[in-house]
Amino acid sequence: MTAGTYATIKRGLALSPELRPGLGGTIALAVVQMSGRVAVPIAVQQGIDHGIRGAGGPDLAFVVKVVAFTFVALMISTLAGYLMTRRLFTVSETALGALRSRTFRHIHDLSMLHQQSERRGTMVSRVTSDVDQISLFLQTGGVQLLLASGQLLVSTIVMFIYSWQLTIVVLLAFGPAVAIIRLFQKRLAAVYGAVRERTGVMLGAIAESVVGATVIRAYGVAGRTEKRLDTSIGRLEVAQKKALRTSVTSFSSGEVGAGLALAGVVVAGVLIGVDGGLTVGRLTAFLFLVTLFIQPVQIATDMLNEAQNAVAGWRRVLDVLDLEPDVKDPDEAGVDLPAGPLSVRFADVSFRYPGGPIVLADVDLSLRARTKVAVVGETGSGKTTFAKLLTRLMDPVEGEVLLSGTPLRDVRFSALRSRVVMVPQDGFLFDATIGENIRFADASLTDDQLTAAFTELGLADWLAGLPNGLQTPVGERGEALSVGERQLVALVRAYVADPDLLVLDEATSAVDPATEVRLQHALDLVTRGRTTVAIAHRLSTAQAADEVIVVDAGRVVQRGPHADLLTQKDSIYANLYASWLEQTR
Amino acid sequence: MLVRGLRVLGQAIRTEPRLFTIGVAGSSVFGLLVIANSYVVGAVIGRVVVPAFGAGSTTTGTLVLIAAVFLGLSVLRVATIFGRRLGAGYMQFRLQARYRRAVTRRYLSLPPAWHQKHATGTLLSNANSDVEASFVPIAPLPFAVGTIVMILAAVVALFLTDWVLAMVGVVLFPALFALNTFYARRMSPRQIKAQRMRAKVSAVAHESFDGALVVKTMGREEDESRRFKVFVDELRDALISVGRLRGLFDPIMDALPSVGTLAVLLLGAWRLQNGAITVTELVTVAFLFTVLAFPVRAIGWVLGELPRSVAGWERVQAVLAAEGDLAYGTATVAGSGPATLRFDKVDFAYGDGPLVLNDVSFTVPPGRTVALVGATGSGKSTIASLAVRLVDPDAGEITLDGTPLPVLSEAGLTTASALVPQLPFVFDDTVRGNITLERETVDDAAVWEALRLAEADGFVAKLPGALDTAVGERGTSLSGGQRQRLTLARALAGRPRMLVLDDATSAVDPRVEAAILASLRGGDAGASILVVAYRRATIALADEVVYLEQGKVVATGTHTELLAAHPGYVDLVTAYEKAEADKAEAERVEAEA
Repeated sequence: MTAGTYATIKRGLALSPELRPGLGGTIALAVVQMSGRVAVPIAVQQGIDHGIRGAGGPDLAFVVKVVAFTFVALMISTLAGYLMTRRLFTVSETALGALRSRTFRHIHDLSMLHQQSERRGTMVSRVTSDVDQISLFLQTGGVQLLLASGQLLVSTIVMFIYSWQLTIVVLLAFGPAVAIIRLFQKRLAAVYGAVRERTGVMLGAIAESVVGATVIRAYGVAGRTEKRLDTSIGRLEVAQKKALRTSVTSFSSGEVGAGLALAGVVVAGVLIGVDGGLTVGRLTAFLFLVTLFIQPVQIATDMLNEAQNAVAGWRRVLDVLDLEPDVKDPDEAGVDLPAGPLSVRFADVSFRYPGGPIVLADVDLSLRARTKVAVVGETGSGKTTFAKLLTRLMDPVEGEVLLSGTPLRDVRFSALRSRVVMVPQDGFLFDATIGENIRFADASLTDDQLTAAFTELGLADWLAGLPNGLQTPVGERGEALSVGERQLVALVRAYVADPDLLVLDEATSAVDPATEVRLQHALDLVTRGRTTVAIAHRLSTAQAADEVIVVDAGRVVQRGPHADLLTQKDSIYANLYASWLEQTR
Repeated sequence: MLVRGLRVLGQAIRTEPRLFTIGVAGSSVFGLLVIANSYVVGAVIGRVVVPAFGAGSTTTGTLVLIAAVFLGLSVLRVATIFGRRLGAGYMQFRLQARYRRAVTRRYLSLPPAWHQKHATGTLLSNANSDVEASFVPIAPLPFAVGTIVMILAAVVALFLTDWVLAMVGVVLFPALFALNTFYARRMSPRQIKAQRMRAKVSAVAHESFDGALVVKTMGREEDESRRFKVFVDELRDALISVGRLRGLFDPIMDALPSVGTLAVLLLGAWRLQNGAITVTELVTVAFLFTVLAFPVRAIGWVLGELPRSVAGWERVQAVLAAEGDLAYGTATVAGSGPATLRFDKVDFAYGDGPLVLNDVSFTVPPGRTVALVGATGSGKSTIASLAVRLVDPDAGEITLDGTPLPVLSEAGLTTASALVPQLPFVFDDTVRGNITLERETVDDAAVWEALRLAEADGFVAKLPGALDTAVGERGTSLSGGQRQRLTLARALAGRPRMLVLDDATSAVDPRVEAAILASLRGGDAGASILVVAYRRATIALADEVVYLEQGKVVATGTHTELLAAHPGYVDLVTAYEKAEADKAEAERVEAEA
């Protein structure tokens, strides 16, 4: 999706209403500032024509008067400039801050599939460097462009007052330049778009090398990673240089226009002047005015080029904002879940990833409220997909999922997420303390309540063994803790959220068996009244469950209590269990 | 600030002297052409316009000459613009690329312990926005240097015209410089803050997107947005405060040359009255000040961006100067076949924390399999990291075939040993790329062989492009178990002499695991194996078990020996059986009741 420059700006303005209020005032101030600049050449003309070359010889008093008057005008213009810049900065940075926040939120609102389809570094670039481009442009170029436009307008008007014929000469001289600049805008949009895109790719490559630092070191493949990084950095450099060449070419056409204008004005001025249509002072003043006209044209050309860079950033931000979340929060229109424990129903549910094969086919089952269900199967059989559909991280391609009779699609997220909690395979922790990570579920919990939660889950000893207890920092991604410990924290986090449906996706896969068994007991005690669905690799979980669902190649092939399933000789479950016994005995 | 800023510029110029020269040359000639233009305008007015207007006529030849002169100057200016801009821009981009490479090289060479302390988002910001900020003043630098040339030429020209009018320039130009210096000093802390907030925003964004699944499953989007907004608001406020100062500075910078023009008019009228100068000279000088007004701002751009540049530069330097490298030695492990790994009285603590490993000693004899067993948090993964030298111990020594690990070269270490970490990390690459990692010894046959061993050949063969299938960032298109098998195959493909498996086979069928271990042990091409394990099946495959409790080796022996001697060990490895027995017992009691 690459919208045109104009469309991007229009859409961007529509999405940033903060930019609009007071815009009129800001422009008015810019005009005042510009008028001050134009006052100077007028003063020069008046001073030369009436003061220095006045009828009765040089008139110093008149010159003093003109200079004093112009000086005051200049001061007013400077003050206006100050106020204008202040306003512009306040308004634009406020708007861009809001844009960052909005984009950030929108990325979180996108479905898991959308999020996965884009690299994290690239997503980060949308709320950082892409917005920075707009901000940097507004801070320097934006003001310049506004001032330049004002100066262009005011100096054109004044030029007209001085000599309409010469003004036409100037405008004609810039005609070809304007045409070239216009022609170049499209190419500029493309080359700056490439710069932004390659920046995103580079950030993705850097992020991977940072996140995978351990593996890169363990395999001694820094050289290969270096090559990849160098490639992405080099590709960005190439794009930047190409953008620069394009913009310089566009810019220099303005310079040629300036030369044409100056030559044209002198030639035409002399031709008009010899017929008595122009005084020397007026022609001189006009030449000053042409300079005042040329400057903003050059600045504006330059800034238009830079604007393409900013627009490219803006477009990337808007592209994300324009992605409709495909797993949508019904929000106001949605309903709450009925109170009490939740039952689950999968009604002829099928799922496939976009463009991929079916990963879950015709799943049709009901789970009673308050039961403990284990889902087992080989790796890649569709277990995790089942959990994701159950928690509405994804929507089924066919059929629907219902909780206590309410279709999931109709449940507003605020209700869904507080009642249904999933603990994913890798219980991601934030770079904060253990306590803060658990308060992620409920910010109002006191330290005592957190400690109590650890105790209830039989983890008091582990917590006590940490150097700073709840205040122990977990490091980036929780890496200061072992994987098993991270899972413990993630589990406590879900536990304090106190959901009515708890979905565990191999949530204790890295925890030692003794701790796992203890946790299971503790969860049993507290899960009375709650429905639990546990995706399990270890069949100890299945053994302890009220019911086991066996998934194979995307289909539910067996279900029932552990003991019943075992009696089905040579079934998938019986084989899984035999292998489990082999592992653990 | 000014000194530090100029030092950054100096460094940049020393790095790219050729491009800088091109830029400055272009810019200087441009400046001289601008001044020449003023004199041409003055001369045209004085020598052509005034006589022509006086006489009421002119010739075509004169007009053509005028046009040719102006157009000629313009063409020359275009040439110098190309020189100036391309010189400056290429210099800026080359410097950015060079420092991005340098920074990312540091990321690659700094050890995992350093990475753990630095947020990914912050590191992204260092490599992107901070590098960019460092060289922002490079773009206008040649222009600014050229402007200085222009100003000097202008002052000389002014003195040649009239010393009184020249005094205006003598006062004005230093004033501009003083104002800039003052501005740079005031701006510096604001820019440093803004740059720091940029990094913070990036860090929070990266972390939050990284943990998007948890955010989603716990319905924390709103809270995360709030957390993000705090930093965004701070960044906004920092940028607004930058803007306010700029709002004060820019208009004054704009106004000063105009004030100069007015002073020239005033003084010029007086000098004209005294007969010291002609009208032509007055016009020339006034025009000069008008055209100088704009380029002089280039100096302001450079000086104005210096604080941001210094802020970025210092953050970049902090990465480049970061310490704590685990430097490699030069030795390789002698011999071939399975290697011996020895831990000798090893202590280890993370940072200033308590000891996680305390006086740990054990040996993995050649061709043997040793299992590390212990409760969650007992130090098993730390031992695995130490074994392949992701970290160095605080005390004690770790040797591979008798060679201390720090003495080994990168290639020596990584070809001899391989770690399969607990959490599989998959690169944004094809299946093949993920397994070979461009190691020359690994060809397609070896890839398939490794995949077969890891029981991953089946699913890989079914992928749309088989080995050429791209697996997405961190392998998102694969299931958890598939990722684990892929990383297992990656380790096997390198035919290591010492294999460290950190609970890396939990998703693999125990029969497969047994096959893998069997194929690796013994024989000339085999490996010694250190395996972190919970499964009894895995433990049973080990020749020896090292049992850990809270960072200490409590016992070493065979599985059977430990079962007989250590109640803690028994509790740990027979937890499932016991749970099952308890459950059966409970059910029996329930049934009886």
